[in-house]
Amino acid sequence: MTGFCQPHRIIMALVALALIGWSATTLRWDWVPDYAGLAALGLWRTIWLLVLSAALGLMLAIPLGLAQAAGPWWLAAPARGFCTVIRGTPLLLQLWLLYYGLGSLFPSIPWIRNSDLWPLLRHAWPYGLLTLTLSFAGYEGEVLRGAFRGVPKGQLEAARAMGMPRLTLLRRIWLPQALHRALPTLGGETVLQLKATPLVATITVVDIYAVASRVRQDTFITYEPLLLLAVIYMAITGLIVLLFRWLEGRIPSRVA
Amino acid sequence: MPDPRDARETVTDMPGQAAPARDEAIRVEGLRKSFGRLEVLKGVSLTAREGDVVAVIGGSGSGKSTMLRCINFLEHPSAGRIVIGGETVAMKSDGSPADRRQIERIRQSLGMVFQQFNLWTHRTILENLIEVPVHVLGVPRAEAVARAEALLARVGLAEKAQSYPAFLSGGQQQRAAIARALCMAPRAMLFDEPTSALDPELVGEVLAVIRDLAAEGRTMVLVTHEMKFAREVASHVIYLHNGVIEEEGPPDALFGNPQSDRLKQFLKSVG
Repeated sequence: MTGFCQPHRIIMALVALALIGWSATTLRWDWVPDYAGLAALGLWRTIWLLVLSAALGLMLAIPLGLAQAAGPWWLAAPARGFCTVIRGTPLLLQLWLLYYGLGSLFPSIPWIRNSDLWPLLRHAWPYGLLTLTLSFAGYEGEVLRGAFRGVPKGQLEAARAMGMPRLTLLRRIWLPQALHRALPTLGGETVLQLKATPLVATITVVDIYAVASRVRQDTFITYEPLLLLAVIYMAITGLIVLLFRWLEGRIPSRVA
Repeated sequence: MPDPRDARETVTDMPGQAAPARDEAIRVEGLRKSFGRLEVLKGVSLTAREGDVVAVIGGSGSGKSTMLRCINFLEHPSAGRIVIGGETVAMKSDGSPADRRQIERIRQSLGMVFQQFNLWTHRTILENLIEVPVHVLGVPRAEAVARAEALLARVGLAEKAQSYPAFLSGGQQQRAAIARALCMAPRAMLFDEPTSALDPELVGEVLAVIRDLAAEGRTMVLVTHEMKFAREVASHVIYLHNGVIEEEGPPDALFGNPQSDRLKQFLKSVG
């Protein structure tokens, strides 16, 4: 504990306590109980949008990165094209193109209206999830391209020299090492992804950001909902940072 | 299979007489290799029978590492023939292996030790040793672990089984890498300058392990800069210069009475 109780930490903690005390006594929080249920729902939506889009996006990013790092040109070129388009256009534009463009086109196509997917496609969230997933895949595909290339040749040669088949080599040696190298970047990108999620509020998905907007419209209280919203995003960011720190610490490699 | 050690002793005990023919482990015929317009190997041949220790010496750029790497196809030969245990490696016209499965099988029978150790940094030493036996060869985990632990004990690293490579010294890493190659129960070992990346005080411990392997009659091809060591353990020495074999023969003849001017000069320059 002595390690934790250092002067600068104690001062920061006192400042935080003072801020909390000040905002609790001078600001208005009477609206909170009315919106607690909705906020919980919104928070849940924000979190699963983040987790699902990051997980699915990463799964897409692996072949995108691999194709660019080591694939034949007819795989590398489309992968590079995809990453360039995704990274070259605003996320909001992608979201609106998919939702207002594709989403409004679908109802006019009979076989889509009659398909089993239609109940899903009538909602807004699949478009939000898809856009966020593709965006994450585009950025992380680029990150993993570098990470795959960055794994020292000797690590792969050792596996090849022992007769390891290519897929096993990818699964057991190349991918784990590339992911480990990319972890610090991926952590930062996941934090960015969290802060991209409020965009789904523009296509009627009620996430935590949309709940805060609703509070402001209903009650004409400006600062309190936004302050609380900021604290919530910071708390989630803190959790992401801790998670990635833990992941990085699991393999104590001093890569030379 | 006869114990290769016996075969080796037969040879040394009865010089003059025809030794009983031991099986060929590695044969390289007319090996050529070019990188672009640079021809690094200009027709090199060598044979290592079971129990042979073939040392390959030569200056930097002489092609000795490239030759070793062609044996297990880490480099694709431009021309020539590689025969491992009597089996000719099928090559396409550009020198790349024609049959991936065959290459994988042959590589599994050749334990390679690299200059830079190349232990997998994301796995512990024990995991490094059992990786291929368990995940490629399908050896039961308990069996692989038992063998790995025995080999680690043999190279003096029993207490490092759970450490990650980054926490070992260069000498320890190289000994672990040798144990990893041995874990595959290879037919022959290929050493690519195994002590060149080590601090001088760590060279001895690695050479001791290799000496130990030579003494038990293991077949190996050893590319090295350690002349004294080559003279001590090798049964046959090859001096490579500019991609051709300038001189070869038993170590005492080669080191004690070099014929070519180039080899004389080389031996003088390396002290």
